[in-house]
Amino acid sequence: MSVDIATIKRVATLSRIHVEPAALPGLAQDINAILGWIEQLSEVDTTGVEPMAGGGATALRWRDDVVSDGGQAEAVLANAPDREGEYFGVPKVVE
Amino acid sequence: MRPTDLSLAQARLALDARQISARELTQAYLDAIAALNPRLNAYITVTAEAALTAADAADQKLAAGQGGPLEGIPLGIKDLFCTAGTRTTAASRILGDFTPPYESTITRQLLRDGAVFLGKLNLDEFAMGSSNATSAFGPVENPWSRRNDPDTRLVPGGSSGGSAAAVAARLALGATATDTGGSIRQPAAFCGVAGIKPTYGRCSRFGVVAFASSLDQAGPIARDVMDCAVLLRSMSGFDPQDSTSVDMAVPDFAAAVGRGVRGMRIGIPREYRMAGMPAEIEALWQQGIAWLRDAGASIVDVSLPHTKYALPTYYIVAPAEASSNLARYDGVRFGARVPGADLTELYEKTRAAGFGAEVQRRIMIGTYVLSAGYYDAYYLKAQQVRTLIKRDFDLAWAQCDALLTPATPSAAFGLDEKQDDPVAMYLNDIFTVTANLAGLPGMAVPAGLDGQGLPLGLQIIGQPFDEEGVFAVAGAVERAAGFSARPGVIA
Repeated sequence: MSVDIATIKRVATLSRIHVEPAALPGLAQDINAILGWIEQLSEVDTTGVEPMAGGGATALRWRDDVVSDGGQAEAVLANAPDREGEYFGVPKVVE
Repeated sequence: MRPTDLSLAQARLALDARQISARELTQAYLDAIAALNPRLNAYITVTAEAALTAADAADQKLAAGQGGPLEGIPLGIKDLFCTAGTRTTAASRILGDFTPPYESTITRQLLRDGAVFLGKLNLDEFAMGSSNATSAFGPVENPWSRRNDPDTRLVPGGSSGGSAAAVAARLALGATATDTGGSIRQPAAFCGVAGIKPTYGRCSRFGVVAFASSLDQAGPIARDVMDCAVLLRSMSGFDPQDSTSVDMAVPDFAAAVGRGVRGMRIGIPREYRMAGMPAEIEALWQQGIAWLRDAGASIVDVSLPHTKYALPTYYIVAPAEASSNLARYDGVRFGARVPGADLTELYEKTRAAGFGAEVQRRIMIGTYVLSAGYYDAYYLKAQQVRTLIKRDFDLAWAQCDALLTPATPSAAFGLDEKQDDPVAMYLNDIFTVTANLAGLPGMAVPAGLDGQGLPLGLQIIGQPFDEEGVFAVAGAVERAAGFSARPGVIA
C-alpha cells in the first residue's frame, strides 16, 4: 500500500499538524519507506489470533466511582498559555 | 578516592559511616556537571541550589540516624518524569516552560527514600529515538570515543541518552530512565553502564510523560547491577493512580544479585542470530554463554519464531498509541502556543512548530494506521502478531528460566550516522523491543569492548515479575566480565 500526497495531506489534517506543501513529497517518501518495511507483517498467519491490546494483565483493575480529586483550578491553569478567570482562553469558536 | 569514584552501594556505606557528607557528595557531582555538561549536554536543567538544600536535609537525617535507603544519594532524573516545581520538557519545544504542579510517583518515592535530585536529563523528544539526536535541546555526546578515531563524536543511544551518558561520565550516581522499545537498555549498552526495564506494571507510569502506554516502563540506569537493584526497589511498587500498576510485593532485588546461576536454565534464542550481525557481537554472546555455563547454569537452545516481526509490529503499535497520547498537546491547556485565526489553525500551527520531525512522522503514521479503512490491515494485525510474539516467550519459559542475548546489534555510532534513514535507526532496538511487546523484564550489562575500545552489552530477559532471576543472571555476567574500562570523558 503506497501512500500518495493527498493521503498524507488528509493524515496531517487528522493529526492537526500543519505541513507546508513543499514538505509533503519528502514526508510521503519517509512514511512510504516505513510502511513498506512494516508490510512484511502480511506474511504472518494470524487467523483466529486474539489481538493483544495492553502490556500486562488482560483485565484492568476497577475502582469505586467516586470523586477523589478536584478543586485545584489554580494548579490546573498555572501552565495555561492564555486564561480568562478560571477558564482557558482560545480564539472565538462560535460565530 | 574521590567522591565520584564511589558506586551507589559504596556511597551508602560512606554516608552511613559519616566518612563523607551528603553535601560533599552532591557538591562533587555538581562540580562534575559544571565541568563536563557543557560538552556532553546530558542535562537539560541543573537544579544545583535545590540539590544542596536537599543534601543538607539528608545530612541532618543521617546524623539523627533516620536516613532512608537512598538518603543523600545524588541522582539525575530523565526529563520525562514530572517534578513538582521544576520545568519538565520531554526534550520538546511544545512543552515550553511547563512546570508540573505535581510529582511523578517514581520521583516521589525516590524523594521519600532520601534521594537528592541534581537535575533533569536530556533524551530524544518524547522518548522517540535511539541516538538522542531528536532532542529539542541538542544532542548528547557519548563520553566514550573510538580508539583509532577519537575526534568522531558518538551518540549515547536513546532515548535515555542523557541518563546513560551522565552515569557513565559520573555526572550522576544513578539515573531514572524509561524504556518503550529499548530506551533504557540500548543507551546503557552504548555507554558501558547497567540498566533494567522491569516487568510492565512493576513501576508506576503516573506522572511520566506518556509515549506508548502499553509499552512504556520506567527503570534505573546505574553504574553496576547492584546499584540498579537498589534503585529499582525504591522505584517499584503498587500505585492506585496507574490503572496498569500491579499490586504485588516488591522483593529485595539486591539480595538476588549475588545469588548465582547454579541450576538455572538459560535460553539462547536462535532467531537472535541475525544475518549480518558483526562478528564481535556474536563473539561476545558466545563468551556470555560460556561464562554462565562455567558458573553452573545449563544452556538451552530455544526458538522465538516471530522475532523478526517484532520491530514492524512495534512501529505500528507505538506510533498508534503515541498519536493518541500526544493529542493532548494542543496549545490550549499548557505548553507552547502559536496563535491562529481559529481554533483549528491554532492547533495545527502549534503542533507544527512544537513537535520535531520524528515526532510528527510518528504521530502521522499512528494516525494513518488507526484511520478508517486501514485499522484492520495495520493496527489489528499488529496486535495479533504481538500476541504471537508473547506466546513465543510463554512457550520458551517451559524450557528455560531466563534468556541471554546481545543488547544491541552494534556499538555506539557517530552523531552524523544513520540520521537520514528512519528504518536503519529503528533497527537499533532489534534485540530489546520484544521484551516491551511481551511486557517482560530486560536488563543490559556491560560485558566487553569492541575492537575500537567501545563498550558492548549483553541482555538478560526474564519471566514476568522475575526481576530477581534477571538480577541473578546479570550479577553472574558482571562478575565474569569484570568490566572495568572507563570512558575518555569522565569526572
